[in-house]
Amino acid sequence: MEPENKISPEMAVAEADVRSEESGEVVRGTSLWRDAWRRLLKNKLAVFGLVVVAIVTIASIIGPTVIKSAFGFTPDYIPTNDVRLIRSFPPFTGPNGEFSWAHPMGTDNAGRDQLARVLQGGQISLFVGIISTLVSLIIGVSYGAIAGYVGGRVDNVMMRVVDVLYSLPYVIVVIVLLSMFRSQTPRGQLTLLFIALGSVSWLTMARIVRGQVLSLKNQEFVLAARATGVSGPRIVFRHIVPNTLGPVIVYATLTIPQIMLTEAFLSFLGFGVQAPLASWGSLAADGVQNIAIFPWQLIFPGVTMALTLFSLNFLGDGLRDALDPQMRTT
Amino acid sequence: MFRFIIRRLLITIPTILVVISITWVLIKLAPGNFYSGEKRLPAAIEKSIREKYGLDKPWYQQYGKTMWNIVRHLDFGTSLRFEGQSVNTIIRRSLPVSAAIGILAYLLALIVGVTIGSIAALKQNSRWDYTSMALAMLGISVPNFVLGPILVLIFSLSLYWLPPSRWGGFPSRNLILPVLTLSAIYMAYIARLTRAGMLEVLRSDYIRTARAKGLSEKDVLIKHALRGGLMPVISYTGPALAFLLTGTVVVERIFALPGLGNYFIQASLNRDEPLIIGIVAFISITLLFMNLLVDIAYAYLDPRVRYH
Repeated sequence: MEPENKISPEMAVAEADVRSEESGEVVRGTSLWRDAWRRLLKNKLAVFGLVVVAIVTIASIIGPTVIKSAFGFTPDYIPTNDVRLIRSFPPFTGPNGEFSWAHPMGTDNAGRDQLARVLQGGQISLFVGIISTLVSLIIGVSYGAIAGYVGGRVDNVMMRVVDVLYSLPYVIVVIVLLSMFRSQTPRGQLTLLFIALGSVSWLTMARIVRGQVLSLKNQEFVLAARATGVSGPRIVFRHIVPNTLGPVIVYATLTIPQIMLTEAFLSFLGFGVQAPLASWGSLAADGVQNIAIFPWQLIFPGVTMALTLFSLNFLGDGLRDALDPQMRTT
Repeated sequence: MFRFIIRRLLITIPTILVVISITWVLIKLAPGNFYSGEKRLPAAIEKSIREKYGLDKPWYQQYGKTMWNIVRHLDFGTSLRFEGQSVNTIIRRSLPVSAAIGILAYLLALIVGVTIGSIAALKQNSRWDYTSMALAMLGISVPNFVLGPILVLIFSLSLYWLPPSRWGGFPSRNLILPVLTLSAIYMAYIARLTRAGMLEVLRSDYIRTARAKGLSEKDVLIKHALRGGLMPVISYTGPALAFLLTGTVVVERIFALPGLGNYFIQASLNRDEPLIIGIVAFISITLLFMNLLVDIAYAYLDPRVRYH
């Protein structure tokens, strides 16, 4: 074969562009991401999820400030001039039983505004979900990428370790960890929570990344990188890992609600977030005490949380369908 | 197959010992101990109690004794909090409670989940499919500690149909609400898994062959499709059991049931070290053996799977 007949990919693309220019059409190549975004927007449930998650996130971030400027109370404001025994009022009710806009979700036992508390709890819940997912992302991606790239016996041992860890009652171990090392400060306990939750939820991520790396590492661009003398770690983290981004993003989106659920579960049992900080789980735990008399104390944090998790799950499913149509399983 | 079981057992037993050791190390590394609570004991009394439980010995002797008793006699010692009761007695007493709600919840989830999932798969993209999958997503998203109290609010505190809490013996109306609360999430997961598995199987060649042979649709679905379609559900059983165990912790807490989970939470809050180690070990053992059983069942049901 003569060298002149070979057309490099760049040339072929250039030629195609010229051709489309000749025919007068504007042809724009679609990137993977733009294509995925378009497919995501077609999925009504995913869009619903996206919108709800956006609303809840924004409301959690700016809500407490807005309430403070509108009504003048912070999430931890306790009406000290109210000396009555019962300070928990139903939604849209003022201190004397009249209709009022001040507390759309009612008030809790101490007379604090529930809406402000739920929004502040949302900050903590979302924060824990995102940070712990990042922790699990870092561990899982590194572990999976190394196992997949090195391969052979190392891979075998590393994946066997994952198999063993999979079958452990990790939430039980986390409870032991959190209760034994109970921090004196709420901030310390929160940090402990990130570490504990992140370090037990990387297993699936490691498996997914390993599988991706196994199929990528024998491709030509890796060979090319190796031929030009790129070092092993650099090949893994600069050339291979960026190519696994699609499944990683999808799985990370699905990890956030799982971690938020685990956090809520731990806070509900009293091992997670400590007062004065509150998350949806600890608010629900407080509400359960009074379920018979003041049901709104449980229902509002609980329903807000369920709605957020519901939306995050739909968003994750939608992203999976959009980014990787092959992966459609459950 | 036999070699596979032996090899898995060879991994399982060290794993259990590692879990027990991790728990032991976590407990010993943590600051404070059982006696550093609010009620301080006089020094002399604390000293004699520590001697009685062997807590005055160096750490390696304590570790060695704990592990030896567990390995040799499956003896986890005496609870510090519940004086005079051995950990084994407490586990034996609380296990039936947890097992009853756990097994009932799993069976309920299996029956309802498989039915809903199969219907959704057979009528893919129909209204049935969308409704049941949205409901399943709801089931996954509503935390059981929210669902449980809401069910109590509706069925006990408003309608007065069912008792709101407490243990009432094995077949009793007290079981209904805890079992429903616990099974909701697995029902949802199993429905989703069954649907996915069935969708894949219904397109496969062996189903076409079965239809081509002239089998009735009922036989094709029940004898051929369901067996293949349930494989994801069976492989989910392992993680489901882990979930189930953590789920029982919350459900026992909400409904004030004297089960393993409730004792575990109390033990963790009180730093009742032998009881913590005993329950963690018991749960790990159960979980790992269940996983082994699941793998064996998998090999029997799916002729493509061969262990060597």
